[in-house]
Amino acid sequence: MIDHLPRAIDIYRTLPELIWCCFGVLAMLLQPFVRSRQFFTALALIGSLAGTLASVFALVNSGPGFYGLIQSDSFSFFFRMLVGTVTFLVVLAAGPYLDREPLPIAEFYALLLFATAGMGVLASAQELLTAFIGLEMSSISSYILAGYRRDALKSSESAMKYFLLGSFATAFFLYGIALVYGATGTTLLDQMANADMTSTLLKLGLALILIGLGFKVAAAPFQVWTPDVYEGAPTPVTALFSAGPKAAAFALLLRIFATVPAATRFWFWAFWVLAALTMFAGNLGALVQTNVKRLLAYSSIAHAGYILVAFAAVTTMSSESNRGAGPAYAAVLFYLLSYALVKLGAFTIVSQLGGAGEKSLTLDDYAGLSQRQPFVAAMLSVYLLSLLGLPVTAGFFGKFYIFKAAVNSHLLWLAILMAINSVIGAYYYLRVIVVMYMREPSAEAAALSPVPFPVGVNLVLLITFAGTILFGVYPNPVINFILRPSLLGH
Amino acid sequence: MMLHGGHLLSVLIFFPIAGSLALLLLRGDDHKFIRVIAMIVSTAEFLFSLLMLRGASIGAAGYQLEENVKWIVAPPINYHLGVDGISMFLVLLTTFLTPISVLASWNSIQLRVKEFFIMLLMLEVGVVGVFLSLDLFLFFVFWEVMLIPMALLIGIWGHERRVYAAVKFVLYTMTGSILMLVGIIWLYNATGTFDLPLIQAALANGLLTNAPQTEMLLFLAFFLAFAIKVPLFPLHTWLPDAHVEAPTAGSVMLAGVLLKLGTYGMIRFCLPLFPEASHRAAGWVALLAIIGIIYGALVSMVQPNLKKLVAYSSVSHLGFVVLGIFAFHNISIQGAVFQMLAHGISTGALFLLVGMLYDRRHTFEISEYGGLSTPMPKLAAFFLFVALSSLGLPMLNGFVGEFLILLGTYQRHWGWASWAALGVILSACYLLWSYQRVFFGQITVEKNRTLPDASWREKGILAAMAIVILWMGIGSVFITRRTETATNTVMEQIAPQRPYEAAAPARGMKQAPTGFASENQAQTTSMERLGTR
Repeated sequence: MIDHLPRAIDIYRTLPELIWCCFGVLAMLLQPFVRSRQFFTALALIGSLAGTLASVFALVNSGPGFYGLIQSDSFSFFFRMLVGTVTFLVVLAAGPYLDREPLPIAEFYALLLFATAGMGVLASAQELLTAFIGLEMSSISSYILAGYRRDALKSSESAMKYFLLGSFATAFFLYGIALVYGATGTTLLDQMANADMTSTLLKLGLALILIGLGFKVAAAPFQVWTPDVYEGAPTPVTALFSAGPKAAAFALLLRIFATVPAATRFWFWAFWVLAALTMFAGNLGALVQTNVKRLLAYSSIAHAGYILVAFAAVTTMSSESNRGAGPAYAAVLFYLLSYALVKLGAFTIVSQLGGAGEKSLTLDDYAGLSQRQPFVAAMLSVYLLSLLGLPVTAGFFGKFYIFKAAVNSHLLWLAILMAINSVIGAYYYLRVIVVMYMREPSAEAAALSPVPFPVGVNLVLLITFAGTILFGVYPNPVINFILRPSLLGH
Repeated sequence: MMLHGGHLLSVLIFFPIAGSLALLLLRGDDHKFIRVIAMIVSTAEFLFSLLMLRGASIGAAGYQLEENVKWIVAPPINYHLGVDGISMFLVLLTTFLTPISVLASWNSIQLRVKEFFIMLLMLEVGVVGVFLSLDLFLFFVFWEVMLIPMALLIGIWGHERRVYAAVKFVLYTMTGSILMLVGIIWLYNATGTFDLPLIQAALANGLLTNAPQTEMLLFLAFFLAFAIKVPLFPLHTWLPDAHVEAPTAGSVMLAGVLLKLGTYGMIRFCLPLFPEASHRAAGWVALLAIIGIIYGALVSMVQPNLKKLVAYSSVSHLGFVVLGIFAFHNISIQGAVFQMLAHGISTGALFLLVGMLYDRRHTFEISEYGGLSTPMPKLAAFFLFVALSSLGLPMLNGFVGEFLILLGTYQRHWGWASWAALGVILSACYLLWSYQRVFFGQITVEKNRTLPDASWREKGILAAMAIVILWMGIGSVFITRRTETATNTVMEQIAPQRPYEAAAPARGMKQAPTGFASENQAQTTSMERLGTR
């Protein structure tokens, strides 16, 4: 007999999401009464930080919540910390941006916090419908956020594209869940562990789920929306998109992998092909970009491809035996962390340099940046070098762990494809650095005074920069944590 | 100054980092002050590196002055440093050429002076780190670290086509190095460690055996990275661009030190780690090396551009080094090591001289010069001295290396040695001919009549180089005595101990001895722990 009242422990285990939601609602309720913009920024900062800290509390009280719908463990702790921190940093960077454009502020933060809660749910879901709710929460908020600059044509286009294609993908996901339920009689991942994998219905369902999530992480051939949406959305939102929802969707995929071994076997070739296609689609697309925001959008497609390489490695390892997949999991987690830091930093700089109305986004606008704003240019270079995977940055270790996972599971060809892609990537990342350091600015650009960097933005840059270097020199704390045997505990 | 003998190598790596941080934090734009700081830092670094000579005992086998600290937990990566006879002198070469480069850039760099010297010092960090690393991962880290300062040196302070040259340099190098990373990881999977001495011990005891095909692939993954760096024909095309476009200091460091990283990597990694594959590939490598020697020399001969001429002569001279390495003879490897050092000094000096000419006339075209010995007799004398050393005049440094290489190679294969000897003759042709066109004859361009002779600063630089050239030619025993043990060790490691039919087909460790096994096991279990959920 199930007691339908939630127990206190269930609340503890979902505390971060609850806090994020509450602060989101609070922001909406207070919006008519409070005029101060600083107030809302402070509210959002406190909210995101409180939720992030609450994930420590959820970790202490780890275990399944709401009768196994969600799982609070080290794994969900990692992702809650990640998306919470991302949100915190996005709020810091978005304050000045919203003042500059100018755009209404309270709704922005409310949507941001709802999206964060959705990602938190997605990362801790242990049941497919719960995951679906998380996905929808984060997606619907994201659609609105993408179109938040509603006077700008590009922003509306971005929201429209994202919404149409996104809802299509969500439909795939939901349909997949329905089929899986039909085949197994359950939506709880735990109970699917012993499912009969020969069932065509189940295979079809899993394939549809993969398509739905493939869209969310921008895996080729479901990546076409990415550049347009990323380009049109307000840049702080783009920063969120590239770091947050992607990480959450990957988290759900990992969770399915870890609990349903049958799915991993079934998915191996799908991931192999997805990884190869995504790497090439992203890198080749980025080669010809002249808009920095678009370039970074394509680069995030490419990076999704690298992460998918680690996924392919997970599949081979767990199909041989259930041992040894740990390093591949760790590779994904570490990569997502380093990638989120770097992309946040890079997009924040792009957002600030873009100027009112996001006008200065082309490579030409960056010419000679190293002379106008040497520190900004140096930081952006470090982020780009981290994306490129050069040592002393977190990106290097991220890439190293993925290479290692791939070689470990004898995916030599995939590793070589990734190596080739790294070199292609080197070309366009270097191009930005070359433009900043080695090209003279145009006459009018040289006359411009340096773009001011407000305190909030500087704080974001400081944190992401410090993280990038710290984890590039001393990744041990993170590695120790994500290699815990009880990462995906029950 | 307290210098704990146990941390000398770390000091060598971190001192320039500290120096460049100090420069970075420096407020103000006093160029002279910046230059003086850079000079002090790089000179002190050179003096520190001299302490290695005292700290390391001659004739002792293995690595010395080792430092080994745990760095990363999973996979286990150590901060493991050490020197042997080979790396010690290459470090000395680096630390010697850095202050020289600082001096050479004293007046010619007027733009973004602070950044320039920071990059130069960071480059030194990367190169010294590569030579000192005994952990494959650490080695790779430094290998990549040095890429960016060098690219920026070329790309910001270079000549007209600098951006093209910088990007080409990075892309070429990265292509090789990323495949090497895959190779390094593969090697880790087979052994469970990144530690070079441990892997070598495993190989020596026959605990680690790779199937011939696997070994060949691994060899190629490493070799490609090194061959691009050397550069071996036909991978040399980045080199002329990079050299011609780089500022003088960049060229000196590039030719003097960075090219040696490739040959150093071959001696340190390719040969000892993959002996059988090296043996099988030796014929092809030697062929490419000989083509490089002759091709480089022939292209030098017809170069109208003085700097490009010196650049192609590097292709030719480095071909000798590669040939010496892959001739697998005690004497030829000795010669290869010596030639690496000699080439670093001689070609570095040639680039310095070419840079001095450029400072005066802003052109590299030989046809723009002619008859320069009249307005600048001192510079002409230095140029002749350096050119003679580069073409291998006995008593000077170039002769020792080339002679030893040819001697050793001849005993392995007389044909290789004969073809390579052609390169010696050709190098005399192009160097002397270009010298004649630049310094002798009538002055054809009016501007050249009033060019100033070498300044005190330039004379100082050149005198230092000339002294080293002479000393290496006469006192070569000082060096060879110290490199001998290391090269002999390499020869022992490469000697075919077992025919590869006997090699076990399975990759990985068959059975491990006590120390190696326990450490290895601890390392792998920590990584695999997660899978058992």
